[in-house]
Amino acid sequence: MIALLQFWRAHAAELARLGAQHVVLVGVSTATAALFGIPAGIMACHRPRLGRPLLWLANVAQTVPSLALFGFLLPLPFIGGIGPRTALVALTIYAFLPIVRTTVGGLQGLDRSVVEAGMAMGMTARQLLFLVELPLAMPSIVAGLRVATVIGVGTATIAAAIGAGGLGEYIFRGLSMVDTTTILAGAIPAAALALAADGGLAWLEHRLRHRGGGIGGPAIIAILAVAVIAFAGRSSMIGASRSVVVVGSKNFTEQVILGELLARAIEDEGLPVVRKLNLGGTFICDTALRAGDLDLYVEYTGTAATAVFHQDVTHDPTAALRQVRELYARVGVSVLEPLGFDNTFAILVRAPDARRLGLRSIADLSRVAAGWTPGFGYEFLERADGYTGLSRAYGLRFGGPPRAMDLSLIYKALADGQVDVIAGDATSAHIDALNLLPLDDTLRYFPPYDAVPVVRTAALLAHPEIGRAMARLAGRITDETMRAMNRAVDVEHGDPRDVAERALARLR
Amino acid sequence: MTRPPVVAFEGVDCGYPTGGLALSRFTLSINPAEVVVLVGRSGAGKSTILKLVNRMVLPRSGSVRVEGRDTREWDAVPLRRRIGYVLQDIGLFPHMTIEENVGLVPRLERWPADRIRTRARELLELVGLPPDVFASRRPAELSGGQRQRVGVARALAVDPPVLLMDEPFGALDPVTRVELQREFVRIQRQLKTTVLLVTHDMAEAFALATRIGVVDAGALVVCDAPAAVASSEDSRVKVLLDTVSPSPAIGGAL
Repeated sequence: MIALLQFWRAHAAELARLGAQHVVLVGVSTATAALFGIPAGIMACHRPRLGRPLLWLANVAQTVPSLALFGFLLPLPFIGGIGPRTALVALTIYAFLPIVRTTVGGLQGLDRSVVEAGMAMGMTARQLLFLVELPLAMPSIVAGLRVATVIGVGTATIAAAIGAGGLGEYIFRGLSMVDTTTILAGAIPAAALALAADGGLAWLEHRLRHRGGGIGGPAIIAILAVAVIAFAGRSSMIGASRSVVVVGSKNFTEQVILGELLARAIEDEGLPVVRKLNLGGTFICDTALRAGDLDLYVEYTGTAATAVFHQDVTHDPTAALRQVRELYARVGVSVLEPLGFDNTFAILVRAPDARRLGLRSIADLSRVAAGWTPGFGYEFLERADGYTGLSRAYGLRFGGPPRAMDLSLIYKALADGQVDVIAGDATSAHIDALNLLPLDDTLRYFPPYDAVPVVRTAALLAHPEIGRAMARLAGRITDETMRAMNRAVDVEHGDPRDVAERALARLR
Repeated sequence: MTRPPVVAFEGVDCGYPTGGLALSRFTLSINPAEVVVLVGRSGAGKSTILKLVNRMVLPRSGSVRVEGRDTREWDAVPLRRRIGYVLQDIGLFPHMTIEENVGLVPRLERWPADRIRTRARELLELVGLPPDVFASRRPAELSGGQRQRVGVARALAVDPPVLLMDEPFGALDPVTRVELQREFVRIQRQLKTTVLLVTHDMAEAFALATRIGVVDAGALVVCDAPAAVASSEDSRVKVLLDTVSPSPAIGGAL
């Protein structure tokens, strides 16, 4: 709890910025959805022929998982790309259904005699709508706005995955660092925001129900006003032109540190940099790079070959680099010199065990395997080039069946003696912190995962500073350096920006 | 009768949306300042007759004329604004005050605000609801009888030449009903409004009507002064008359 308060105090300015971004994301998307959703609901009610397919479409959109929807929108022209624009489109789509639904429900639930009285008094269709139907349906519509807003506050946290900012940044940062404090630093304000929005709208709804529709007109005007302001805000958010370099990163500690490192190295060359760190994974980074939303980020040769280009990977590091270079060249992306470390799988044991039993390579495990229980992540167990292939290549027969566990728990499980050997990350912070030892992969069973900056060739040509900055980093970051940096963030809870700055200072 | 009828039905056939015939060869003329009460059982087609007048329903054949002009030629909006309409379930607008409800048609007619206000208060006075007490209340705060008074006041707002009333006092308790009926007679005599009222209550017809029409299965059986209707030998009329004096003994006492 105290750690949380300290975190907020230390990050007060950032918290305010992310909170404001969150409010804008939700406010703009809900207002936009209302601007289109309320008229759509009215139309659906008065013209069921047009309305039914519309409701159906809104229903379908609602069932698409949010991260998937962000993913679908990313490569689209005009509305796609990383940043707030895609997030706003996705959030608007999500807010649409509850608003349309409750508008239809509110209008259909009206007392027929009241509507008939309005008609019999000689109201035009327009007058009937604005003087009777909408004011009476307003509490129901506000209830829909309420639902849409609360859903929006929750879904907007995921928008951080595509670089739209908001409180989700803390949540993703915390998840990647396995740091509860950072997760809560984003989750608690987001929850508070949801409760506040819900409470405020509940109050409005109550007023509308009990004081009647004297407020109906003003409420419509208010919604329109918010929408107009929101649209203005929205265009100013995305209107900024780009004469700077955009550096990205995936959403785990090592990537965020490297993103900072790249950004600072380029800034050293006098070029302004925009950071889009903590993007939700390889797919999103790659899509953004090819769409020109990112200029560079750090990829791993093995990941590039398998996950990006769906090719079999060469186990020789030099050949793998050449292979990846050729693949990227075809899509207008340049692969620069490797940074120096290889973030491959590492077979880890407790250091004292290794010393006592004289274990140096994976092959040495076959001597002790009969009495040992291994622990692996789900993916490593599933993949053909994971556990199955490894045990065949090295002829390992373990005593107990492998225990499956989440990657974030696996190091601790080894240190605590629950398992005796694990497959982890060669650059994990926990290796040094928990006194573990990586065994040599003498047969080169695991493919190389050399870290390489991947840069849009166009950006590289336009800004030679990028090439100069990356040349300074090439080959300078060893496995040990990377592990130490990861440890400084993951274990010692340092700020990735400070860690990157210190590392860069040593390289200067 | 030198003046032309305010409302005239001429051989009107009218169908339900479902296909059946609601009215067949219905003919009736209503003269200025008359109160014509149509009586009939539920489903006899009474409400359809009212909706023909304000063009909520169009006849399948025959014609309905209001102030000498076929409803097909009338534009629905100005026609409806010239016709007051009072429903059984009133249909007051719950989100407006009593004053706003009463002043609605004047507002649609774009009267200046102060004139609307004066008119609304005058009408509330007329229907026996002191404006200082009731003007700013909302329909939910009123009793059933008070709401129906508001309904009448609202229908009279622009001094319409015709007032249509669909079982206006049907949902009220007997005491309130009689009280409102008396008020209605007083107001009608004062304003000389032409009224077409439908009800299934024969006693109400006798209390209000200058002429009573009996509707059965979509046709007009008889339409005449109350005394003439009371002595009718037609079985369809006698069934309704029996509801007023259920047994000869009580009938004699009346």
